[in-house]
Amino acid sequence: MNTKKPNTILKTKNLSIGYKTKKGETVISENINFELKKGQLIGLVGANGIGKSTLLRTLIKVQPELSGTILLNDKDLKSISALDLAKQLSIVLTETLTSKNLSVYELIALGRHPYTNWVGSLTSKDITIIENAFKLVNISELRNKKCYELSDGQLQKVMIARALAQDTDIIILDEPTTHLDMYHKAYILKLLQKLTKETGKTILFSSHEIDLAIQLCNTMIVMRSENVVYDQPCNLISQGIFESLFPDDLISFDNTSGSFRVKK
Amino acid sequence: MQNSQTYQFQYALLLILLIACFFINISLGSVNIPLRSIIGSLFGNIDNTTWEIIITNYRLPKAITAILVGSGLGISGLLMQTLFRNPLAGPFVLGITSGASLGVALIILGSGLFGGFFATALVSKWSIVIAASVGSFLVLLAVLAVSHKVRDTMAILIIGLMFGSITAAVVSVLSYFSSAEQLQQYIFWGFGSLSNLSWQELSIFFLIYLIGMVLSMMSIKSLNSLLLGENYAKSLGINLKQSRFIIILATSLIAGTITAFAGPIAFIGLAIPHLTRQIFKTSNHKVLLPAVFLFGAIVMLICDSIAQVPGSDYTLPINAITALVGAPVVIWLLVRQRKMMF
Repeated sequence: MNTKKPNTILKTKNLSIGYKTKKGETVISENINFELKKGQLIGLVGANGIGKSTLLRTLIKVQPELSGTILLNDKDLKSISALDLAKQLSIVLTETLTSKNLSVYELIALGRHPYTNWVGSLTSKDITIIENAFKLVNISELRNKKCYELSDGQLQKVMIARALAQDTDIIILDEPTTHLDMYHKAYILKLLQKLTKETGKTILFSSHEIDLAIQLCNTMIVMRSENVVYDQPCNLISQGIFESLFPDDLISFDNTSGSFRVKK
Repeated sequence: MQNSQTYQFQYALLLILLIACFFINISLGSVNIPLRSIIGSLFGNIDNTTWEIIITNYRLPKAITAILVGSGLGISGLLMQTLFRNPLAGPFVLGITSGASLGVALIILGSGLFGGFFATALVSKWSIVIAASVGSFLVLLAVLAVSHKVRDTMAILIIGLMFGSITAAVVSVLSYFSSAEQLQQYIFWGFGSLSNLSWQELSIFFLIYLIGMVLSMMSIKSLNSLLLGENYAKSLGINLKQSRFIIILATSLIAGTITAFAGPIAFIGLAIPHLTRQIFKTSNHKVLLPAVFLFGAIVMLICDSIAQVPGSDYTLPINAITALVGAPVVIWLLVRQRKMMF
């Protein structure tokens, strides 16, 4: 697909991730190639400790890549300034907020920081975008609540609204479904799918909810110890990728239902 | 912003309180001066010259110092609590004050070691001010360098306390070698004092304080994004290294100068931001910064009025009063809420 307007938001070429120490490099995963397109919902799955968080941290420029390149809107991530990056990429992390004494409105308004003046005054345009974020995530009733009054599920929605208020091309979420019950896991992921359709944003999230991701995502990135695979969920299933995801002594992947079963 | 309007009542109330405390503070002292003469003297028409001298050269500078000290310590406490993500942080706990004390101790007590010419050149008001500022800045840099490596905030707090212990140790070594006169000078500095500042000294104090305040105001945005955590702040386009440096510079300028001119004043920096959060119920620095300014100034004026012991000739050390007021407040807060709002 070659269109004039860059359809690809985020692209990696032969990316290798890991940690640099004084003694040398610890490579966690290498030869990572994928291309995230506009309006897609992408799930990143893999076993514990395989490097999902490291990959996300590399993509959001918290830690440097070991080799290879990351292109955001056709520009090398390394050459993008912090402020420009903030206007193109927003994040939702698993770490708890330093202060929960902010109102939901104040928190979401913080998403406008890259655009506001030196004291952070909101213009009418900022307010419109904030209101729109409230509407998209459907949390208008939480507006005046304090963050410490929210349940985990509510807080996750608020953090997503904050990322939306930042008005970026891509939103990256690190395990947005942890600590949530089964209903809210599905709710949040379904919400993300709705957002990609309604706003045209690209949303990349890591998750352990493989069966939900298979049902909702356009494409998935599967991290395995031998390689990283990037394809549509149905192709991944027919290639038998998910079977090789975990050791086969306890659980096995059922192709027909698209979910894991415990071995009897 | 929609939230700032709802706080106008609180701001107005604090402002009225501040003005009231200011006049009460000026009207109290060992010499009884009626309130009407005090207001008259501020506008330049007073018949009693003794009263005028007392007011313009003694009480007025002292009240202004109290405002600067209270608001400054409150704001530097607020900056530290956000920067270190720790509700217990403050200039005193993190060793900024200890750093300033060390600087001053080296100047006052150490001058004996240098002897002769240096001794007289060193122990001036200005060298004390510079020593205190440099001392507090160095300690804060050290704490920051450590906090960069150590992610655990409790560890940072303990390191701050360790700096306090090192300071105490160095001071006791120095005092072993110094004269009784020098020792007394240092101890009196340690009591803290809002008086004895000339208008000239006050204007220098105000200038440095103002620079610190401007830097604090410039940091409002980065402080607010730091409420989310460092990674979020970064993702909002905040230059962490630069913002951190500005916040620390602001704090060390404000807290350092205050310690230099008024001595190490305890608890205000820790307690005021918490008390203000009780009234304003937010962590938004755009709301908190002016509120802490007003509230800090009010509390300091009240503490100074108490230290005056109205109607007597005594003046208690201001440091004792702030701790007597501050410590119970912190205890009360913790007991009442079981958790500090932050």
